[in-house]
Amino acid sequence: MITEAIVLSAILFVIGTFGVLVRRNAIIMFLCIELQLNAVNVAFVAFSNLFGIDGQIFVFFVMTVAAAEAAVGLAIIISIFRHYESVDVGSFNLLKW
Amino acid sequence: MTLALRPSLVAALAALALPASVAAQGGAPAGESGGAFTPFLPGMIVLLPLLGFLANGALALAHGKKSADAVRAGGELDLGERAQRPLTHTLPSLIGPGVLGLAFLITLVNFSRALGASLEEPVVVHYWTWMATGTFTVDAALQLDQLSLLMMMIVTGVGFLIHVFSVGYMRDDAGYPRYFAYLNLFVFFMLVLVMGASYALMFVGWEGVGLCSYLLIGFWFGDKEKSDAGKKAFIVNRIGDFGFLVAMFLLYATFGTLDFVPIFADAQLTTSLVYGGGLVTAITLFFFLGAAGKSAQIPLYVWLPDAMAGPTPVSALIHAATMVTAGVYLVARSSVLFALSPVGSATVAGVGVLTALFAATIALQQYDIKKVLAYSTVSQLGYMFVGVGVGAYAAGVFHLMTHAFFKALLFLGSGAVIHSMHHAYHHTHKHDDPQDMRNMGGLRAHMPITWITMWIGTLAIAGIWPLAGFFSKDEIIWQVAAFGGAVNAPYPLLYTLFWMTALAAAMLTAFYMTRMMVMTFHGSNRTGAEEAKHLHEAPAVMWVPLAVLAVLSVFGGWINVPEALRTSFLGLGGALPMSEWLHHWLEPVTAGAHEVQLEHLGEVAHAAPVGGGEVAWAAISFLAAAAVVAAAFKVVGAQKTVPAHDAPAPTGFANVLYNKYYVDELYNWIVVQPIVRASQFCWRVIDATIIDGTVNAVGWVSKGVGWGVSMFQTGNVSTYAFVLTLGVLVILGVSVF
Repeated sequence: MITEAIVLSAILFVIGTFGVLVRRNAIIMFLCIELQLNAVNVAFVAFSNLFGIDGQIFVFFVMTVAAAEAAVGLAIIISIFRHYESVDVGSFNLLKW
Repeated sequence: MTLALRPSLVAALAALALPASVAAQGGAPAGESGGAFTPFLPGMIVLLPLLGFLANGALALAHGKKSADAVRAGGELDLGERAQRPLTHTLPSLIGPGVLGLAFLITLVNFSRALGASLEEPVVVHYWTWMATGTFTVDAALQLDQLSLLMMMIVTGVGFLIHVFSVGYMRDDAGYPRYFAYLNLFVFFMLVLVMGASYALMFVGWEGVGLCSYLLIGFWFGDKEKSDAGKKAFIVNRIGDFGFLVAMFLLYATFGTLDFVPIFADAQLTTSLVYGGGLVTAITLFFFLGAAGKSAQIPLYVWLPDAMAGPTPVSALIHAATMVTAGVYLVARSSVLFALSPVGSATVAGVGVLTALFAATIALQQYDIKKVLAYSTVSQLGYMFVGVGVGAYAAGVFHLMTHAFFKALLFLGSGAVIHSMHHAYHHTHKHDDPQDMRNMGGLRAHMPITWITMWIGTLAIAGIWPLAGFFSKDEIIWQVAAFGGAVNAPYPLLYTLFWMTALAAAMLTAFYMTRMMVMTFHGSNRTGAEEAKHLHEAPAVMWVPLAVLAVLSVFGGWINVPEALRTSFLGLGGALPMSEWLHHWLEPVTAGAHEVQLEHLGEVAHAAPVGGGEVAWAAISFLAAAAVVAAAFKVVGAQKTVPAHDAPAPTGFANVLYNKYYVDELYNWIVVQPIVRASQFCWRVIDATIIDGTVNAVGWVSKGVGWGVSMFQTGNVSTYAFVLTLGVLVILGVSVF
């Protein structure tokens, strides 16, 4: 049982990471980050079955942080969109030397 | 701050007034002349000039900014009428000479007590322990013996007269309170120098007088030339101070102490030192290097003529009467050490006689009245060193004393002349040199008192009987001959040469001094018709010190008439109650040296190398000096002197003398330029290129690396995410495998 859960978590995490690396759309990248977080959540819940309740408590923390992050992240994306009329991260590169 | 300071100040004052212990070293046997000597407030003698310095210094600070601005602007400060002058310019007239007068009175009490008491061993007055490290301790202690008492009399007595003269001479100067502050500080350090009971304390005074000399030479610091002269004096003296320091280190390594009493007692027993040994020779030669710096002997004399840039009373006090004689005092004080080293003593005498001749020849062709006197001082200091170099310590100190009288008189007289000339030029706004003798002439009619007193000084220095210089200089010249003829004299021929050179230099002295007097006071006036109306005699505050010094220059020599001359015509036909008084008075100080000399060299001769006794040679040298004075009077009087700006440049050997044998140029070429070039090498190559280059290179490399690395910051979020992932994978890979 634990093996399947870990494999599921790993697949979800790799999909998320891959998405962050290859996609250019900020919204999609944001969703992929959510996917990575939830992949970790799956692993936490699975391990809590073996090691106690601590894992599940951490999941709540992760969900809370993810919610806050979603609020801030979406706000940033909206403000960028208002400015550039685009959410393609390839076109935002002003923060450099 | 002030409250915290006050108790310690009071304690210090109390400590000075009440000595911790007064110790006559060793058991002083009660002599036939009276009881033991009790010092009278010796600390106050030192303290009074210091208090004067503090008071005058405070006044100078209160007036500091205005005065400094006025000096920098090179002009004079309008001080207003005498009655309305601020306190800062009236109080120093009382404080400055006042503290010196009091110190002189206290010294006088001590001196008269010493006259009536037996003072076989020096009295050392301890105040507190200045420093104590391990086995080495230096006490703040004053030594009172015949030599230091005599020096104290000269310093405070002549110093007082010069302070009084300064009141007149410096009255209109913007830096009046500052002047007296420095002058009082100088006297304080000079007294520490002569009264200190150890070489360490003597060195404190030695450095202190050097500092004051620097401050006073550069007193008018607005003039670059004058401030440069101050620096030159200070730097040249540092070379001598190095010698003094090394000698002190050697003494400490040998004796483990720097106090006079134990060192001289030990040295005389020759437990630590060997007669004629390398160590004592090294010590004496290093001490003489110090003495040559302070007392302006070859090769370190070059600073003294330049030191004439200072106010003239300063030249009289520091650069003629007191500070420059410190080297002679040092040798006389260390007489036992010098007696133990025939090489050291011969060097002292040789350098002295060479300097006496060398400086006298330069003085022949100088036109600046103060330069003549400066070279004359260098020359006379040479005589003093000859005296102490041939074991005639009393004769050297005797000449020191008489020289203090007549040279202070001559300098103050020249000050009165310059004062008058300056005023005359000031009235007509003429910008000629008020110190150039070619611009003077005929001043006798305008300033008779100065004229007479300066003639007395001139005749005294020229060695005319019966003035002071005759007895003191003649005694030295005679002692050279006598020493060379001693039973076991180390280099008899050399001393014969010294003797003849000293005689020749004495003739030159008579010539250049007469030349100076004739050019200044006789003949027709060359100041200018309009200017001559404003020439005036010095005020009483200036001529009274001149008169006092003139009296001393006449009678000062009578305290040490040689025994051989006593009953003859030259010794005033036996009219004097005593002969060689000073010699006997100084005997407790010089006895150790004389014993060493008698033991190793035997009795000195009683005839000159070419025959003739003391009386004969005294008569010959007097007659020769008188003849030279008369001849110079005629020769120089007959010369047609023209004012400085019309005068042709001197030619031939006269030009070499006028340019002082080009010694300054030679030093510039041998010493100064290499140092300048080496400094420039250190600055331009080592500092600016190597050190700054390294520091800058570090900066440039960091900047370049930073610029290169900043290329990684693309601003592209995807790149960052990729690198981040890669990094995580690498870390994971490293930690797993």
